[in-house]
Order: sequence, then structure tokens, then C-alpha cells
Amino acid sequence: MKIHIKNGRLIDPRQGIDAVQDVYIAAGHIVGLGQAPADFHANRVIDATGLVVCPGLVDLSARLREPGFEYMATLESEMRAAAAGGITSLACPPDTDPPLDEPGLVEMLKFRAKSMPGPRVYPIGALTWKLRGERITEMAELHEAGCLAFSQADTPIVDTQVLMRAMEYAATFDYPVWLRPRDAHLIKDGVAHDGAVAARLGLPPIPVVSETIALATIILLMKTTGARVHVCRLSSAAAIDMVRAAKAEGLPLTCDVNVHHLHLTELDIADFNPNCHLYPPFRSQRDRDAIRAALADGTIDAICSDHAPVDDDAKELPFQESEPGATGVELLLPLTLRWARESGHGLSRAIDLISRRPAEILGIPAGRLEVGAPADLCLFNPETWWQVTRKSLRSLGKNSPFLGLEVPGQVRYTIIDGHIDFERNHTA
Amino acid sequence: MTPDLQLNPDGSLRHLLSLDGLPARILTQILDTAEGFLSVSEQEVKKVPLLRGKAIFNLFFEPSTRTRTTFEIAAKRLSADVVNLNISASSQSKGETLLDTVANLSAMHADMFIVRHSSAGAAHLIARHVAEHIRVMNAGDGRHAHPTQGLLDMFTIRHYKGGFHNLRIAIVGDILHSRVARSQINALTTLGCPELRVVAPKTLLPREVEAMGVHVYHRLEEGIKDVDVVMMLRLQNERMQGALLPSPQEYFKYWGLTPEKLKLAKPDAIVMHPGPMNRGVEIDSDVADGKQSVILPQVTYGIAVRMAVMSILAGN
Repeated sequence: MKIHIKNGRLIDPRQGIDAVQDVYIAAGHIVGLGQAPADFHANRVIDATGLVVCPGLVDLSARLREPGFEYMATLESEMRAAAAGGITSLACPPDTDPPLDEPGLVEMLKFRAKSMPGPRVYPIGALTWKLRGERITEMAELHEAGCLAFSQADTPIVDTQVLMRAMEYAATFDYPVWLRPRDAHLIKDGVAHDGAVAARLGLPPIPVVSETIALATIILLMKTTGARVHVCRLSSAAAIDMVRAAKAEGLPLTCDVNVHHLHLTELDIADFNPNCHLYPPFRSQRDRDAIRAALADGTIDAICSDHAPVDDDAKELPFQESEPGATGVELLLPLTLRWARESGHGLSRAIDLISRRPAEILGIPAGRLEVGAPADLCLFNPETWWQVTRKSLRSLGKNSPFLGLEVPGQVRYTIIDGHIDFERNHTA
Repeated sequence: MTPDLQLNPDGSLRHLLSLDGLPARILTQILDTAEGFLSVSEQEVKKVPLLRGKAIFNLFFEPSTRTRTTFEIAAKRLSADVVNLNISASSQSKGETLLDTVANLSAMHADMFIVRHSSAGAAHLIARHVAEHIRVMNAGDGRHAHPTQGLLDMFTIRHYKGGFHNLRIAIVGDILHSRVARSQINALTTLGCPELRVVAPKTLLPREVEAMGVHVYHRLEEGIKDVDVVMMLRLQNERMQGALLPSPQEYFKYWGLTPEKLKLAKPDAIVMHPGPMNRGVEIDSDVADGKQSVILPQVTYGIAVRMAVMSILAGN
């Protein structure tokens, strides 16, 4: 399949390109930018007038719910939804059932994912057996099966000695460890930020110190173990300050934030909306402002969707009983664009945070539009606003805090490995 | 909060879920209506036909004999048909969801649901999903709200003190876990109480509670100094020993209301308690049974206030 994308606004943050240039694709790779290679005859010409042509998005956390949670969503449905969101590579956390703690499970997931259209899937291996925080996994075997990093998903390791050893063992092979900063005791029963809204609604609180104490432990253990750590889903101003200081010290630390946390605060829980029940919780306006500032100054390296499709039966419950999480793969681009618009950042900066930077953190050759690179692209209209509805979301999870609202940025084409995996008819 | 869910488009009361965000005129309307119902309970035939033919379902997802009984009596005095369901013991254990239970009962032509649930927001969830004609009354949801208790407390204060505008009021005890305290705070700030205090150790106070419009005190002696009303809260047994409090004895010594400590309040101060009381833990028997106690009248007024809310919700 040879594709010629013409008249599009090409944006590649890695090379600093932002100009109208044509792209030529053949045999799964980009073979020309601006100028067609000799003897190029396209099977398909895409007129990208008015569209942005950028590297396909890389999502650092998307739950595909397989194996084990097919009643919430399926691999097929969520891969399709991710492609519709412009995502061409994604990392899936190991909190499946059973968890991704054995090479066979990882191979099976990769094999299943490869057999259907949609993004490239990178399973993150479990750091401990069954995610129980007791016994470390066969990380080298898991790495051979395709795991590029190891994590506990949402489950914190209670025993700090196990955490230290897991980090030491990972550091032996220089495998990155992805950790959510959550103190197991301080988050107990909590469902909402420990602030004025939780006080008013009587919701069991999750204090900021549950994040900062766990983060302090991680940072100190990085120093003694030499492990490379990616900190997942920061939520508080205090934690961001700690990351900033650790980076200034030269620690090999990266971090990300859930795209929802760029916009929402504790106030959005308002009338017990279970779609605003996420981990970490939406915090105060000051915390949200700190997240935005940390994106601007580079303290936060990447934005992810933390996609968690949840079925209605698990969401339409009293707030504290509802399953946490929000569907996100189709909102990663729009909500990042909305942030960029609101804070005066250009498209290139926005795209960088959801393509090049996460690709670097994951360690994959994506997030770039270069001759010779794999042809993973996203074409979107930045000026089209669309309404988030149960119908407009392709994910089986309809659990979005943005239901009913309009968001900017509509994906028109998603090209993965040189194939058009998603195409939206020109309506708008 | 969510006045749209609680109020009809014309501004009248549709559901009673929380006192947070309800305008003063609605609170006053309920209290005024309750005045009229006080006499019903004193008649020989304690019944009026206002809710004849209406089906009221007591949906108690959390066990409570006392509160359920007060709602049942109120409904029966209004001539409604009352059905009591203790759901913790039946459907929930069979895996039926909250909304399925409600949908099934709606199909039995219920007119009103009185809901008690251990999770905050349960009554809101039900109100959001019931048919147009069904009314929902919150009888306590987690730590969030217990609006009829808050209203009967307001009725009691107004009865003894004539109003709210010149009062200094202290709420003492486990504010953190108390839906009663939250409803009291919402009502008192709406009705114009100029000085509202909460008194508790730090472990029993929510963070940023000041944002609700209260002054925080940690010492009982300072908190009840010169107040007109002392509202005591019940301390749950399971919270008396552990990481929140060391022992009931120490709690009583520092936060229990004794006759000596009560002397710090105004001489005509009244003492309230939502019940059931832990004598010798949060309140001394001499205070509970003393001249300044209005704890039993609270119970009596509770029936009238619940009758008032039911009759207003039913459109009378």
C-alpha cells in the first residue's frame, strides 16, 4: 500500500517541523517528506487540506480489559476506539485478570492484539507476582516476551523491602519501573480529594500526603537502587515540586499525568457524579494549576489517557461504591488540544506531550515523522469541535466526565504501520 | 448543592436529599408546616387523611429501627400505606443493584421512597433515576446528609429560642463521620445563625471544614463558652478505641458534656442530641436528663417535621 498525503499541515516536534508538506508512505514506512521518492505511484491519495498531519499518538496507559474483564470492554472494541482517537501505540498496565505476570500471558495478549486492526500494543509487565507485592516476577523472561517496563498498575506495594528489591532487580537489567505514588494505608477507603468538597459531601478522603509520602519513598529508593523510574499519574502540587527537585538533582525520573487532571478539580464531583470518580482523585484548583504549570516548564514529561472503560453496572452506583476510572483514548487528543488552547501553547507542544515524549519514555521508535521511520500517523482537524456522547464514543466504556460537552480536535485518519486503520467520513 | 434535583421548576420541593443548597424559604415552609402537625399527634385520633391512598416505601439499606419507625409513624399519621423493606438482608445479598431494586419497587406503583444507605449520594442516585411522579426522601446517606434530623433540630431550636439570628451554637463530637452534623451546619448557615462552632479533636474533623462556614474549636471548654445551644453528636462504638481516639474514658474526660462544663454556656442554653445517646461517653446522665435537655422533645418534633416534609412532597 502506497499512500500520498497531500496539502496537510505537517507537525513533527522532534524535527521542529510545522509546515505544509506532503508525506509519502510505502511498505509500512515513511519514504518521503515534501518530495516524492522516485517512481512513487500512490494507491491512495489523501487530501489533507485543513488537517494536521502528525506522528500517531502514544498512550502510556490504556486498559484493554483483556484478559479477564471482557464484560466491561474487549480488546477489539478498545483497540478500535484507540485508533479512532489517533493512537498508534499504547502501553497497557498489567492489572488484567490474571495479571500480566507470566510470559505466556504477555505473548497471548500481544498475539491477540496483532491479529486485529488498531494500535501497536505494549504490555507492561507485573512487577510482583499477581501484583500482590510479595514476590518479584520473572522480569527477564517477561522482557523477552515483550515487556518494556514493569509496574504494579494501581496496587501499591505495602512492604517497602519488596519494593526496594523489585527496583534493585529491575535495575540489574536497566528495566524501567513504572510506579504510581500511592501509600496503601493513607488511601484506605478514600474516594475523593481531602478538601472542602469531600468535607461537604461526606466522602471518605484521599489526602495529598498519600501521594507525597509514597513519592518520597520512591525517590529515596531510586537513589539507593539506581532504578530508572517513571512516576505515573501525578495529581498534586506538592508531588510536582518533589519531582522538579529530583530532576534538578539529576535523577533518571520521568512522570506523566492523566489528561483529565489538566481540566477537572474536586468541584466537578459536585452532585456525586461517579464519572468523576478517578484515581488519583481530582484535587484542588491550585493542584490543577500546578499540573498545567508543570506541563509548561517540562516537569511533567507526558500526558496519557489512563483509559479505563467501565460498564454502567459498575458506575451507576453511589459515588464511593462506583468503580474508579474514565474512558479516555478518544479524548486524549481533544483534551490535550483544549489545554494547549487555554494556556497559549502551540499545536507542536501539545503533540509532543502525547507522541514523541511518551514514545521516548516507553523506548519505542514512534512519535516521529522521518524518512525511514514506521508509518504511524494521525490526521486531525484541530478546528472541528465535537460533542462527547454515549453514541459518539466508540469505546464500550461510556464513563466520561465530559459527556454532553464539546471538545476540539477530530481525528480524520489514523495510519498504523502504513495501513489506514481508521477513517472518518467528511462530515463535521 | 444540586438544587435542580431537589426543586421543581416552579421552585417547590421535589425531593428532600440534602439541606445543602435548599433556600431558606423552603426550610421555613417545612418548619411552619410542622407546627400545624404538632397538634395531630396530641389528638385522640392521631390521623389526618392527607396522604390517603399513597404508597410510601421505607427503603433501608442500612439497619435502623428507630429512624425507620419515626418515618413509619409520620406516614401512618398522614394515612399513607407504608411498606418497610430492610434491603441489606435481601436483594443486595443476592447481587441485585441498587437501581434494579428501585426499578422493581417503582413497578409496584410507589409514590415515595424513604431511603437510608451507608454510602454518600445514594439518595441522589435514586432521585436521578426514578419516574417523574415519585418523590425521594433521604433518611441518611453515609456521612453526607440526614436532612430530616437537621430539620427537626431547627424546629427544636426555633421552638425554644424563637429564631436563629442572635444565636451562638456549638456542635460537639464526631463531625467527620456525622451526616447529622453536615445537615445541621447547612441548615444553620442558611437560616442565618451568626456564630456556628464545631468542637472536636483533630481526628474527628474533616479537613477544610471551615469552608462550610463554621469556627473550629478543639477544647470543649472554649467551644461551648457562652453558647445558646449545645448540639451533641453520637460517638459510634467502633470509633471509641483505635487510631481516632484512645478510649471512651479519655473522650468523656475531654469532650463529654458534664453539668460543670455546661455551666460555661449561657444559663438558658439548651442541650440537644440526635440519639441514641451513649451516656457517660459523650454526655453525662445528669445533663441528658437535666433541665436544659430538650432531647425528648426533639423526638416528638421529629414526627411532625417528617409529616411536614411528606405532605409538602406529596403536593399538599
